[in-house]
Amino acid sequence: MKRLDVVDQERCVGCQCCMFACSRRLNKPGLAQSSISVRSNGGMERGFVVIVCRACQNPPCARACPTDALVIQEGGGVRLQEDKCIGCGACADACVVGAVFLDSETNKPMICVQCGFCVDYCPHGVIELVEI
Amino acid sequence: MESRPDLFDRFIGGVGVGTQLLMENCPEGCDPFGPDNPIILTVGPLTGLFPLASKTVAMFKSPHTGNLGESHCGGRSAVSIRMAGYGAIVIQGASDLPVYLAIHGNQVFFRDASTLWGMGSSLTVGRIIRERESGPGLRTIMRIGRAGEKKVSYACVSVETYRHFGRLGLGAVFGSKMLKAIVVSGKRSLPVADPKDYRKVYREIFKTATSGVTQKYHNLGTPQNVLPLNKLGAFPTRNLTSASFEEAEKISGEAFAEGYLGRRLACSHCPVACIHIAALREPHESEPFFYKTSMISYDYEPIYAMGGMLGVGDPEGLLRLLDRVEVLGVDAMSTGPVLAWATEALEKGLISEKDTDGLRLAWGDWKTYLEAVDRIVEQPTAMYSALARGVEHAAAVYGGQDFALAFGGNEMPGYHTGPAAHVGHLVGARHGHLDNAGYSIDQKVLVEKKISPEELGDSLIKEESWRQILSSLVICFFAREVFDSDTVLKCLRSAGLEFDAQDLAEIGKTIHREKFRFKTREGFSFDALRIPRRIFETKSPIPYLTEDYIRATIAHVKKKLI
Repeated sequence: MKRLDVVDQERCVGCQCCMFACSRRLNKPGLAQSSISVRSNGGMERGFVVIVCRACQNPPCARACPTDALVIQEGGGVRLQEDKCIGCGACADACVVGAVFLDSETNKPMICVQCGFCVDYCPHGVIELVEI
Repeated sequence: MESRPDLFDRFIGGVGVGTQLLMENCPEGCDPFGPDNPIILTVGPLTGLFPLASKTVAMFKSPHTGNLGESHCGGRSAVSIRMAGYGAIVIQGASDLPVYLAIHGNQVFFRDASTLWGMGSSLTVGRIIRERESGPGLRTIMRIGRAGEKKVSYACVSVETYRHFGRLGLGAVFGSKMLKAIVVSGKRSLPVADPKDYRKVYREIFKTATSGVTQKYHNLGTPQNVLPLNKLGAFPTRNLTSASFEEAEKISGEAFAEGYLGRRLACSHCPVACIHIAALREPHESEPFFYKTSMISYDYEPIYAMGGMLGVGDPEGLLRLLDRVEVLGVDAMSTGPVLAWATEALEKGLISEKDTDGLRLAWGDWKTYLEAVDRIVEQPTAMYSALARGVEHAAAVYGGQDFALAFGGNEMPGYHTGPAAHVGHLVGARHGHLDNAGYSIDQKVLVEKKISPEELGDSLIKEESWRQILSSLVICFFAREVFDSDTVLKCLRSAGLEFDAQDLAEIGKTIHREKFRFKTREGFSFDALRIPRRIFETKSPIPYLTEDYIRATIAHVKKKLI
């Protein structure tokens, strides 16, 4: 079982190539479909914060979901069952680190599935797929 | 909001579209500080799709040269504009109260900037806007400082703090409109013809872009050029009285990396991360043991302009000068030669200490230069008001044209490599070194053999025409070796645009000519180009840096372009 880990946040330069990669993996080039987010820590001179699902063992997002649309994965994290999701956004409110992103058109959650596609597109070793 | 397929289909985007929009929206002969001067920001079809398609092109009538204003900037600007859904943003008119624009997707807000107007630091302005506006991580914040408000003709626009629309006075145009800042944010998906093929092309480009070819920009950054250029005898020093600085080691890329480098940053969608930020620890002037740590960006051109050109070899003094120009929002590349001229003019008695408001400008004296930079913005004397309009204007008023280092009205960049560099500055549409990279021709061609003025002219034109394509896509020139003609065509095809190599060459030439059509319309003339004698008086690595050679090349370029 692997999960995406932010191994060295200090090396993040804010290039956002990981965000473009995530959107691209879903064949939606741009930034609208990314499940990983990079923003500055209060100005670029302070460095960056990489926000992505930590694959919690007991995910608050799944507990908050009224329709059981977020299925807890073995080892941690969740997968969305889209047909059950009503777009209420409760999961996004529940996530303690803000790693549940809502699709701007459907309001359904976009949560990292720990695939590691973005890792190849980080040129500075910030993110890695690690064994749980 | 308008749809202009006629423009984007024909001219691709970026500078190609921007030039047309400039001609459409800028009335002939208009006052660059008047409401009719448009501010045009454009991106291109590769923006948001490919790495290193990371820059925005700004076009406007320049208050500094009186003709073409064109400036390129990355930061988050290009991606934000494309993600907000635009290929171009055109700003016209003026406000009578200070405002800032907030463009969030398809919503445009005019926000009150009264409290921000007059603030001492452009960094504070950025911090406040950051907290007030939505979209963290997916937005650009472009702002002017006091220099723009006071319409210093080479005031810049700071973007995400550390990148700039630096040259030709866009900041002053913002100031003339009482436009303190622009925020753009957005998030969207972009269509591609064949998603699988697109991912393949992306992967190839990403791999090349993160291979050795761009490594130099990441490690030491552009400042790695200081020592090689100094060794060559091509590093302009003390107003180009010399082309070699005895203190270059102390302000080299190596010295800064070792002693001061605090962080490296990237523009959005650029894996190279060439932005180098120094951490400078300063004691408080009056309270001991009260330190502040400032983060200050440094690059080759600012090091040349505020370092070598002013004889400042103290790295901390230089960093403080760079911080001051950042805080005030004035172009470092122009400020250096301006203060260098003033230093010599004072030495030679063309200006007095009354003119300098009591300041004894002297080579290497960065403390006095700090005070002088403040005065260029606040303009307590007529002489500082003249300096605020650039070295060309100041020399026209006070004399000393021989050592007023400007080409086509724009202060010189950091290369005294030979004739090609200087001709390049003279005949380039923006009068800068990146128009046609003449400095590269000096170092790669002229150092081996002398070529005729016609050959030199043709080389410069060819390079500049091709760069119009790169600036229309819009890619960062640091990736110019990655984006050769074949790669560009592949990328355009992914974006659903079919061109062939012939098309690209033709479009590039057309855009190049169109820029000169605007320049000529606004009064530019090749015949009127002034060549500062200082470039002939100081030895360069190439022995035939002569006026005849330069004039002959200019004549040939003029014939080809007009």
